[in-house]
Amino acid sequence: MHKESAIREPLILGHKTYHDITEDVCRSIEGKAPKAWYIMFGIALIVGLYGVGCILYLLGTGIGTWGLNKTVEWAWDITNFVWWVGIGHAGTLISAVLLLFRQKWRMAINRSAEAMTIFAVFMAGLFPLIHMGRLWVGYWVLPIPNQFGSLWVNFNSPLLWDVFAISTYLSVSLVFWYIGLLPDFATIRDRAKSPVAKRVYSVLSFGWSGRAKHWSRFEIVSLVLAGLATPLVFSVHSIVSFDFATSVIPGWHTTIFPPYFVAGAVFSGFAMVQTLLLVLRKGMKLEAYIHTKHVEYMNIVIMVTGSMVGVAYLTELFMSWYSGVEYEAYAFLNRATGPYWWAYTCMMTANVLSPQFMWFKKLRRSLLFTFFISIIVNIGMWFERFVIIVTSIHQDYLPSSWSMFYPTWVDIGIYIGTIGLFFVFYLLYARYFPVLAISEVKTILKSSGESYKNGSAEIHTSHSKIVHTEMEEVAVEEEIVEDKSEKINSLISKIGAGSMDNKDDLKLISGVGPVLEKTLNSIGIYSFEQVSKMTKSEYDLLDSITGSFPGRAERDDWAAQAKELMNKTK
Amino acid sequence: MEFQISGKAKKSIITAAVVGLILFLVGVFTNNEPEYLKSRVISNFLIDSLFFLFISLGALFFLALQYATETGWSVAIKRVLEGVSSYVIIGAITVCAVFAYLSFTDGGYTVNDHGHHVGHVYEWMDHHMVENDAILQGKSGFLNKTFFWGATIVYFAIYLLFYRGFRKRSLQEDLEGGTKLHFKNFAKAALFLVLFGYTSSTFTWHWIMSIDAHWFSTLYGWYVFSGMWLTAMVCTMLLIMYLKGKGHLEKVNDSHIHDLGKWIFALSFLWSYLFFSQFMLYWYANMGEEVVYYLFRFENYKVIFWGMFIINFTIPMLILMSREAKRHAGILIVVCLIIIVGHWTDVYMLITPGVMGEHGKIGIIELGLFLVFASGFVFWVLNTLTKAPLMPKNHPYLDESKHHEI
Repeated sequence: MHKESAIREPLILGHKTYHDITEDVCRSIEGKAPKAWYIMFGIALIVGLYGVGCILYLLGTGIGTWGLNKTVEWAWDITNFVWWVGIGHAGTLISAVLLLFRQKWRMAINRSAEAMTIFAVFMAGLFPLIHMGRLWVGYWVLPIPNQFGSLWVNFNSPLLWDVFAISTYLSVSLVFWYIGLLPDFATIRDRAKSPVAKRVYSVLSFGWSGRAKHWSRFEIVSLVLAGLATPLVFSVHSIVSFDFATSVIPGWHTTIFPPYFVAGAVFSGFAMVQTLLLVLRKGMKLEAYIHTKHVEYMNIVIMVTGSMVGVAYLTELFMSWYSGVEYEAYAFLNRATGPYWWAYTCMMTANVLSPQFMWFKKLRRSLLFTFFISIIVNIGMWFERFVIIVTSIHQDYLPSSWSMFYPTWVDIGIYIGTIGLFFVFYLLYARYFPVLAISEVKTILKSSGESYKNGSAEIHTSHSKIVHTEMEEVAVEEEIVEDKSEKINSLISKIGAGSMDNKDDLKLISGVGPVLEKTLNSIGIYSFEQVSKMTKSEYDLLDSITGSFPGRAERDDWAAQAKELMNKTK
Repeated sequence: MEFQISGKAKKSIITAAVVGLILFLVGVFTNNEPEYLKSRVISNFLIDSLFFLFISLGALFFLALQYATETGWSVAIKRVLEGVSSYVIIGAITVCAVFAYLSFTDGGYTVNDHGHHVGHVYEWMDHHMVENDAILQGKSGFLNKTFFWGATIVYFAIYLLFYRGFRKRSLQEDLEGGTKLHFKNFAKAALFLVLFGYTSSTFTWHWIMSIDAHWFSTLYGWYVFSGMWLTAMVCTMLLIMYLKGKGHLEKVNDSHIHDLGKWIFALSFLWSYLFFSQFMLYWYANMGEEVVYYLFRFENYKVIFWGMFIINFTIPMLILMSREAKRHAGILIVVCLIIIVGHWTDVYMLITPGVMGEHGKIGIIELGLFLVFASGFVFWVLNTLTKAPLMPKNHPYLDESKHHEI
């Protein structure tokens, strides 16, 4: 039996029953969407379509529509790519790593975080594709035979590793997310009234029946996928960092990049989770499930990963001097004091300083402040990628080709467009999918629900019949206990109190074994003197207390035996 | 039942120490390369001092991590963690003694036949070397004796202070109960993690990376840290196995052992991941001033270098993958012993090539001195364990830990 310490805060507030959880999550799917949903969806759709238009224009015209030049050959495209991949990190971290760490608070947020991951990775994948310029030969990145027109891909290139890493990550995340959804889809299916909904959700739930065998397989698959997904969380952003770190460009080529990119990705991913969930919990009235404690935990993750990123920034800065390599030193000097100093300052303030506010309990438990910081961190992490990418190359080894990067309307349009598309997906998800893992949240109700922790759940449910009889049983048991202690008191008052100090070996009385001796001691009978004072009424009292071997004491005449033994020992 | 060091255990520890000392002395006196002997002995002292200090620091870090993350299951093994981290006192003394020797001898060099200074541990401590070396001069703002000692004293002051604080409050909690001390531990642990987060990188630069004074790597601190964390977990596991074998720690069940096994498994991966990240990026970019570090090891320490990596990566991965292995005392003990040897070799690879160049060897000098340090470490840790009950009382999560089941 698992125990949960009383000092842990409850994860589900107020009094909820299993049925309440189902109702609360299904309400938004089964009911009508609020007006706000339509407004947000409309805006997201328009912005997304504008982005699609920009992408089509880019494909029709060419990469020249971006603001790239011969010195800055990589800018917003790859910045956006890394930004989205980073955001796509938190979901699988929450579902896999926190599952392995048995963090129960993840159950309130994992579903939405995983959904965010998948949509973010969609957006990320878009950028390398459109950056190829000729999207119609996109299959060239796959290792297919030369007859198809491509040259054999370069396995030495980290860009190719990226293709594998991200597609693997996407597949596993998608499967993980979907497996978790199965029982919840089945719940919706079983509740659905309209035949269309019933049909759709029964296809989506893959015929889930809730049999013990299904649950057993479900749990095994979850654990195996968690085990697989954990190294994937590390691999994806490590390989993204290799895109830069394997090169010989000062500011890119440094060994701390892989773990520091992973920390940064988790950092930005959690910030995005905060941004989304703070809105979601209000809009869908899930405040009892996603509450201050969850926000606080996520803020602590943000603070820790933000500080790790900070240590990495300072380490890089120190090593650029310590290495004695003048190009390396210049790259960092240029970052901090060159023409892009404002981007660097923005990055440092947003990523290193702003999470430090979370040291204050008041601030990390303030929802409004959290929302503000999460936006700041999202911005800061975009700037981090911009700083790493653009400021490292815009003033290269040859001063005559030094230049700046200015985004065009196509750059901006595509970036904003991906944000729109992301929200289109996310809003559809929030409308038609169970945003909380219903079955998983139910598993923690009795151990971490507020009303169960403070005992008020019994009052709430006393009208339910089964619980009622259970309560009655408890009450009867309590009566017995009270009754017993009364009897013991009256028995001891008749035969006199004894103590451990003048304890006799009661086993010498025939009929008393070591077990019975212990029972007698626990009642308070220790000495022959006490036993010798017993008469018929006391024997009966003793029998009714112990409830075992009725009539034995009388039959063996303990009192007489005890008197004899007393005389002997004297 | 309180834990006492049995007479047999005392005898074994003393025997190991004496055997180690004899091996070491025999190694020194039968050594046939007198020109490298001094470097070899001093680098061995540095390796063993740091290796065991790192184990105690790893345990101290993990202890703080348990407080800061409000972990429940590990309460039952808390006293063992405190025991392992108690060695930080002795570790600090031995490390400072080696540093003092190196400071007074300007980096512990030997004069060769041509009158050159060779075989330094810290080349930058020798002004003859710095005078003719532009790179070392450039680094002298960081690599100088004053800063080195100032920083070292600060590091140890932090570690000793926090160790004493955690230990004191842990024992006090047994007597007083309540949650006040628990929340104080929580706050102090968070502070410690911040300080350790910074200093664990900087001390590796000062103490180890500066042996190869021309070379640099930003990942270095995290790489060394992952190794020390892993060895600390391994030592904790071995200690628990020993104590359970003696009939102690009856509340530590299969699930606790399994969890600790998972840590060992996961941290072996973390270490391998960081090893690979650092190595691959330098190998791939192939820039002279960076790749020289690895090239030197490939050429002169091929077997030790790759053997160390392959063992440290594959043995825990393959053997500890299954659930049953992480609950099997025999398997765990074997894997833990292999990891200890593997990670001692890692520390050896961090230090020896930089000090002795291509002349480094592993023989009875290394084995002997390791045994001497190991028996000192074991004795000190076991001695700490006798001083308090092995099961804490009144910890708010004690009940969770006692009923831990996965």
